[in-house]
Amino acid sequence: MNEVIPLLECRDISKTFVSGTFKKRYNLALDKTSLTIAEFPPAITAIAGESGSGKTTLARVLLGLLPPTEGQVIYKGQDIAKMSRSEFRDFRREVQVIFQDPFESYNPFYKVDHVLETPIRKYGLAKNKKEAKELIIDALETVGLRPSETLGRYPHQLSGGQRQRIMVARAVMLRPKIIVADEPVSMVDASLRATILETLRTLNDEFGISILYITHDLTTAYQVAENIIVLYKGTIAEAGDVEKVINSPTHPYTRLLVDSIPQPDPDLQWGSDSSVSRLTGGMSGHGCVFYDRCPIREDRCDETPPSLYQPDKYRVTRCYAYEESGTFDSPKLTDAFIPASEIAPIQG
Amino acid sequence: MTTTNDVPLRVENLEVHYHTRKGPVKAVDGVSFELQKGERLGLVGESGSGKSTIALSLMVAHKEPAKIEGGKIFLNGTDMLSLSDAEVRSKRLSEIAMVPQGALNSLNPVMRVRDQMIDGLKAHGVSKSKEEFADFIAELLRRVGLDGGVAEMYPHELSGGMKQRVTIAMSISMNPSVIIADEPTSALDVVVQRQIVQTLLEAQKQIGAATILIGHDMGLMAQFATRMGIMYAGRLVEIGPTREIFNNPKHPYTQLLISSLPNTQGKRRLSGIPGITPSLLNPPPGCVFHTRCPKATERCKIELPNLITEENEHSQACHLYTEPAKSEEEVTA
Repeated sequence: MNEVIPLLECRDISKTFVSGTFKKRYNLALDKTSLTIAEFPPAITAIAGESGSGKTTLARVLLGLLPPTEGQVIYKGQDIAKMSRSEFRDFRREVQVIFQDPFESYNPFYKVDHVLETPIRKYGLAKNKKEAKELIIDALETVGLRPSETLGRYPHQLSGGQRQRIMVARAVMLRPKIIVADEPVSMVDASLRATILETLRTLNDEFGISILYITHDLTTAYQVAENIIVLYKGTIAEAGDVEKVINSPTHPYTRLLVDSIPQPDPDLQWGSDSSVSRLTGGMSGHGCVFYDRCPIREDRCDETPPSLYQPDKYRVTRCYAYEESGTFDSPKLTDAFIPASEIAPIQG
Repeated sequence: MTTTNDVPLRVENLEVHYHTRKGPVKAVDGVSFELQKGERLGLVGESGSGKSTIALSLMVAHKEPAKIEGGKIFLNGTDMLSLSDAEVRSKRLSEIAMVPQGALNSLNPVMRVRDQMIDGLKAHGVSKSKEEFADFIAELLRRVGLDGGVAEMYPHELSGGMKQRVTIAMSISMNPSVIIADEPTSALDVVVQRQIVQTLLEAQKQIGAATILIGHDMGLMAQFATRMGIMYAGRLVEIGPTREIFNNPKHPYTQLLISSLPNTQGKRRLSGIPGITPSLLNPPPGCVFHTRCPKATERCKIELPNLITEENEHSQACHLYTEPAKSEEEVTA
């Protein structure tokens, strides 16, 4: 049962943004990143990083919203850049997205019903009005909303949490295979966050939808995902079982992130600020991208970038400190992911 | 700066309404609290709970359609609401300073950091020679962990975290007795967030100012605040020492808020707070939380609970803890 069937795959994706009219500036947002999302078993994978880490760029490339500079995005064995119109339409239907801002996604002049009716019409999901209505009610109930309290209203009449859940309902209606959720709770109040995260879990458990949860918040990533990919400046710093990555980080960048989490417990205080003074001389540009901020840097880190090493069965890290544990040489990052079957069920 | 007593800031029964076409929105509805010298109070609440309106009102910087309808704000013994505009301006920065939410928008983009800082000081009648100002500003920047050279830079040359440090340096420039920080890290990454909050903590300790940190992140509050106030729908529903709030929350809203916090110590089912915040245009009678409260009784729908102080300077506004006594199991539930 452990065999992983790749559904969506990105191979050696690089994305360079070019800015400036006369003096061109190049910004490497993603550097040869590879990733696979399996159809079975459906999993929740978190992609975490700070702003500028490339996490949103990766999401946009995966969704086909942004063409990569190099590399391919492959869906069901086909390069999405070479898909026919109808194939791409199926791809668009089966890979859904939930964006950060639950207000920007709406047209304020239309009732919220509109965002639910449009996909039904576009993809011919229902034969008649009655069926369409049933489909909408069903989807709303799946995400824990009462149709009587949501339908017929305008976006501004609903709370941020309700608006975001309608977006989830819209995605669910299309019976997607994958949902890419880009910071879905960062603009939602704390008391409603939990509800939305729990809904994502339900979609994964009961509907078999694989979820890519993109966030800067390691705490929610830890709660919803089985595996996590920590990105730094467009490269994978550390990846694998969340339990391992968050509770015993190996990469100095992950450690910095984890140490910075403000724990909601007055007895778990931050240590004194341990940030390393940045290098004044600058970097060669050929070595490890974290060199200038790293507290354990060595000379060679600035010369050649480290590969991914595998200190545990379900974790890889891009740091020379773990060189002895051996290079991770599989082309599929998911080979270092903990399968759902080995995770203890959630308590409470 | 004359401190007449040990209470730099006292707020009594503050009422702030936003006047809209549909009627007044009671954004702050009868809030009272005191700040002791040098203490750090965290004011938490969801969007729309009134926490930022309180921040602006304390600076008497609220704008139309907001209006202070009632209550008093005593800053070092002076009622801020009885002062003229000019008198209020003279208190800002020198006695009560603000670290704003978006440092991006609060700095003047066409002025060097040095000139902006000198501007504020000169407006309060501080006169120094050019060299003295330069030394003074370099020292302030050093205290917030910035290089003295930042004084010569323009805001666009600084990162978000550096800009926020500049605003902290400005806020402490005249040793105010009260600092109000309104979500100072809301646009910053977690690593920078920690640096900024620790910088604020250091600066606060150095000058001994009483500080209010406003926000919705319970984690930041646990790290920064010595005392916490919980806001819900314009009212202060609970206030007490930070440890008490986390370990022994009294108000059902605080209890649900704390139990819904995700952590990294073991996965668990996540539960939010069912229902939505009531409209402040037409708040429900009785306790504002009764529409979502799992422990609400008939009394909660009629009678507004007052903030009652029990042991450990821990106060809550909830009928569960007041006479007429509820049945045994409800009290212990």
